[in-house]
Amino acid sequence: MNVVVDRVRKSYGRGAEAREVLTETSLTVRSQEFVSIVGPSGCGKSTLLMMMAGLLKPSSGEIRLGDEPVTGPPAGLSVVFQDYSRSLFPWMSVRRNLTTALTASRLGKEEQRSRVEHALESVGLAGKGEMYPWQMSGGMQQRVAIARALVTEPTVMLMDEPFAAVDAQTRADLEDLVLRVRHEYDVTVAFVTHDIDESVYMADRIVVLAANPGRIAADLTVDLPRPRDQVETKLDARFAKLRSEVFRLVMRPDTPASA
Amino acid sequence: MTSPTTPPLTPPLTPPLTPPLTRTRPGRATTALRRTAAGVGNLWLLALVLVLWEVYGRVSESLFVPPISRILENFGDVWLGGPASQLFLSDLFWSEVTTSLSRFARGWGLAVVVGIACGVVLGRSPVIAQMYGPVVRFFAAIPNTVLLPIAVQIFGVASNMNVFLIFLGSVWVVMINTADGVAGVDPMWLRSARSLRVPRWVLYARVIVPAAAPQILAGLRVSLGIGLILMVISELYATTEGLGFQIVVAQSSFRYLDMWSAFVLIGLIGIVLNLAFGRIETRLLRWQRRTGLDAL
Repeated sequence: MNVVVDRVRKSYGRGAEAREVLTETSLTVRSQEFVSIVGPSGCGKSTLLMMMAGLLKPSSGEIRLGDEPVTGPPAGLSVVFQDYSRSLFPWMSVRRNLTTALTASRLGKEEQRSRVEHALESVGLAGKGEMYPWQMSGGMQQRVAIARALVTEPTVMLMDEPFAAVDAQTRADLEDLVLRVRHEYDVTVAFVTHDIDESVYMADRIVVLAANPGRIAADLTVDLPRPRDQVETKLDARFAKLRSEVFRLVMRPDTPASA
Repeated sequence: MTSPTTPPLTPPLTPPLTPPLTRTRPGRATTALRRTAAGVGNLWLLALVLVLWEVYGRVSESLFVPPISRILENFGDVWLGGPASQLFLSDLFWSEVTTSLSRFARGWGLAVVVGIACGVVLGRSPVIAQMYGPVVRFFAAIPNTVLLPIAVQIFGVASNMNVFLIFLGSVWVVMINTADGVAGVDPMWLRSARSLRVPRWVLYARVIVPAAAPQILAGLRVSLGIGLILMVISELYATTEGLGFQIVVAQSSFRYLDMWSAFVLIGLIGIVLNLAFGRIETRLLRWQRRTGLDAL
């Protein structure tokens, strides 16, 4: 399902003290697409994602999921937050965390059970349902968070800097995991990150935001072959070219594009 | 929270101290040894007090302070000595302790339910908290024993009076702690629950109340002590059965040994209830201990 950001603007505060976080912005994430949203801190990339998730109200404009305007968290859309320790519920076992995500969809016991097993298997945590989040490493906890997002079988998954808090090796594993489950679940993904390599490696399309005020600076198509590979893809000349292009846009927005 | 006129009947109990977190983990045997040593360390003062008591009782030959050995002997005669089917506890034990504890259970149980329910409402709604906050604080500040004559007026000399007093004494601290805990729930958890689109009752039962559980349980622990004090106090004043009543009757008929052994029994009940509560609390809050520094 398409996610349409239609002339959305967001500012905090009122009157003279109002601070514009995002100027009027339009963007369409097409069905099945994987879009990276990258930008320097303060460019409003998380704000934009939270508005797409229905967790934040735009100051003006409209977000639509398919044809339906988003006014609150919509059905068929899941969010993976950055801080897994504050988004998973530590007093629940992994299984209970997942079934809690299913309470809104009113499924039968049997259907719930098989969905939970499937989701855990997809993220490589089969048989770990009885563990508690605090018994797991950070990488495993973020896997649980991804499983919790997938268990509802969403059409759209929004990810807000999901791997910012894990180490580099775990990060690479989780990146490949997301690329795999994305196909398994046929899900549209919008992926916010501040890691430039990651934004190129993961996406079909990169939306680069600029700061003060937040706005879209560039919209780049990634023509790298799939499946991606942590070694091969990053050796590709097109990867290097895109990477430096995005780097320039994010880090040195005032310099002109090199020829 | 306790009124200044009522000395605590049981000494404030601290849960068994776990040794502070250390980076180097000693072996099991060392840990066990250290724990035993700590146990002995905690008990020597009690032993000393009992010995001094014994000596004083024997030397002074005071009618009012019998030696502890005679009190314990009397304790055995009065409260123990039943058949095995009664767990070796006497008939008197079963009739009096069940009477008192049933009043306590009803009063405190009601306080827990009402306190948590109202606390959640106060914690979730700043408007209601502003409206009713002063009322709650007013009642919480009143020494609970002041309400005793009023309770007798309303209920007469009946079990409901005791239940009512225990309820009214312990409900406020539960309510205030619950409200604080609920108001302080990490907004990230609430956001997470919102994005999962959980129904309202799931939000409260599985997210908000468990997230506030550390503060709620802290309130329950304090209220447990208050409830026990009020259980005994209310029985000293106007009733015809129960542990407090046993103390009053023994005292007014010059049976000082009986009086003291009832005192010992009340102390033991306090210890047992506190230990049981501590166990439940530790179990329920496992998740919280493990997300501390150790998780880094």
